[in-house]
Amino acid sequence: MEIRSNEFKGRAVFAIHDASLQQALGKAREGFVGKRAQQAAELPEFEQLREEAKALKNHILDHLDHYLERYEQAVTAAGGQVHWARDAEEARTIILGICKRVGAKTVTKGKSMVSEEIGLNEALIDEGMEVVETDLGEYIIQLAHEPPSHIIAPAVHKTKDQVSDLFEAAHGGPRKTTVPELVDEARRMLRDKYFRADVGITGGNFLVAETGSSMIVTNEGNGDLTQTLAKVHIVTSGIERVVPTLDDATLFLRLLARSATGQETETYTTLSTGPRRADDLDGPEEYHVVLVDNGRSRMLAGRFREMLRCIRCGACMNHCPVYGAVGGHAYGWVYPGPMGSVLTPLITGLDNAYDLPNACTLNGRCASVCPVKIPLPDLLRELRHMQHQQEITPAMQRRALKLWRFAATQPRLYHAGERIAARLLAAIGRKGRIRRLPLASAWTDVRDLPAPAGRTFLELWQGKRGKS
Amino acid sequence: MTSAREDILKGIRGALKRGPLDATQQSALATRVPAHTRPAIDEDAVERFVRKFESRAGTVARVATLRNVPAAVEAYREAQGLPQRAAVGAGLKSLRWAKGWEVHHGAAGSDEALAVSPALAGIAETGSLLLASGPDSPTTHNFVPDDHVVVLEAKQIVMHFEEAWAMLRARPEGIARATNIISGPSRTADVEQTIQLGAHGPRRVHVILVG
Repeated sequence: MEIRSNEFKGRAVFAIHDASLQQALGKAREGFVGKRAQQAAELPEFEQLREEAKALKNHILDHLDHYLERYEQAVTAAGGQVHWARDAEEARTIILGICKRVGAKTVTKGKSMVSEEIGLNEALIDEGMEVVETDLGEYIIQLAHEPPSHIIAPAVHKTKDQVSDLFEAAHGGPRKTTVPELVDEARRMLRDKYFRADVGITGGNFLVAETGSSMIVTNEGNGDLTQTLAKVHIVTSGIERVVPTLDDATLFLRLLARSATGQETETYTTLSTGPRRADDLDGPEEYHVVLVDNGRSRMLAGRFREMLRCIRCGACMNHCPVYGAVGGHAYGWVYPGPMGSVLTPLITGLDNAYDLPNACTLNGRCASVCPVKIPLPDLLRELRHMQHQQEITPAMQRRALKLWRFAATQPRLYHAGERIAARLLAAIGRKGRIRRLPLASAWTDVRDLPAPAGRTFLELWQGKRGKS
Repeated sequence: MTSAREDILKGIRGALKRGPLDATQQSALATRVPAHTRPAIDEDAVERFVRKFESRAGTVARVATLRNVPAAVEAYREAQGLPQRAAVGAGLKSLRWAKGWEVHHGAAGSDEALAVSPALAGIAETGSLLLASGPDSPTTHNFVPDDHVVVLEAKQIVMHFEEAWAMLRARPEGIARATNIISGPSRTADVEQTIQLGAHGPRRVHVILVG
């Protein structure tokens, strides 16, 4: 998929003025945040589980090679095949190879963010295959020719009216206007595709080394129809998604649904272990897993290892004020919100996503809800630091920072400057607010700057203590 | 040229600043026993299963013995206005169906309206069913028909997921090709966060609890 993360500012402004988007985002915020809080409150062990999940992920990452090898052995023993892909292109080649070998005409897909990451749909369509997204949200955005705007609710930016329009254009009339009618229409349209599919592609929330199983967690059942009815089932997953045992997977399951959709559990949790067996009456004839690295082993080496704990629940974006204001498309690639602002520059390159680590107020809400306790604000700050070191930040900004550092390391000079600035700003303020400020128009163009009280905090403090 | 597999494993070991684990380290990991916190539950397992399952729009009917199951299915069929036809998992082959019923044990086709499946376990923690695929319980039964009836014996209900995994491991055939944990009817909230049942899988899931 094309990376458009460097257009963040323009796309953000556009998003803020998009009335439909703002209406859709408003609904999402209320839903996700409230439900998660309720679920977390109802499980007294929730905080303890977050601590344990963090420790377990760290253990897995410390022994990632071992668990991947054990997982591969178990998949092979169950009659499946594991493929390894260094990058997106290699992953596409492997999947295309399987599809071509079996003469695939129709490919159904369950939701998979890794397949978005590797740009799979375009590659299959280019080869003349019909690709059908079966998750309702993914189906909606496929009709709209848009990428997902949220990792678990891909069409969260669409209003019901927009979905009605898309369905009417794609399926013909009469136009359906209620949610039950729309869901029913999608159900009818997709039924036949599941049965006709040659290949079914799903993601993998977890890969269980103990049993060689891939695990998906869904609400709709589309992933299950996809993988059960197609002749060939292909799982796409990142290498970091392996877990040692079923009991280990359970720890994450207890956190995932609660953190993601605010449910105690999703409707379906499915373990897939190899292809159809001799006495089975249904199931795919072939079972493949494509393990995708695409920058992950590089991440393991450095200070961003903690990002590999991510279980893709989406809680960070649900709680992010920036995501809540601009939605997912402004981020310009596959992964939006705080986790996307860390992953996008790391996977696609720092200079391809300059704005993302800066599109953060460091308020910390994301880290406070992350089920595996990833210190997202720290990682974003670290990326800013790297941008500065690699001179990706604008020259003007670096010069300003140098000047600030010079002043900040000289207390006398710094305090004198502060006193002058405080008095100056107080003088130009009207009713405690400043409407226009030269050199700070980026701020004052869209909001007022509160005017200071006229004296600095230090002056007031010292005055209070009678030491002035 | 090295293979992608070798490259990725080498990359991981390089990142971890070590070579492959030796035999002692590997066997220590292989025998590691996870002991994560399980939610404390102070409630009868059967009661909790029913309460949780019903909280997500699932329905439950209780009967005394397996012999009562066909009558309970008949009552459900009548209430839903379905024809007397069902795909029944061969695990329930011993059930005797009343005259007029047309029952088969094959996979579910696209026109299948009703399936009846045997569960391997019920999980009280979340009120979920665990079904293991195989000739006795084809996976299509769980997802294709609009109405899914699952037969669960009260003694099959365990408190936590970990106990259900143990039941799965203990089977002679081991882990199933498809293990389906089902916590109610299919649902979606993809249009404006409005919950709608029957997205792609069954519109209704009905448990016949035996014992």
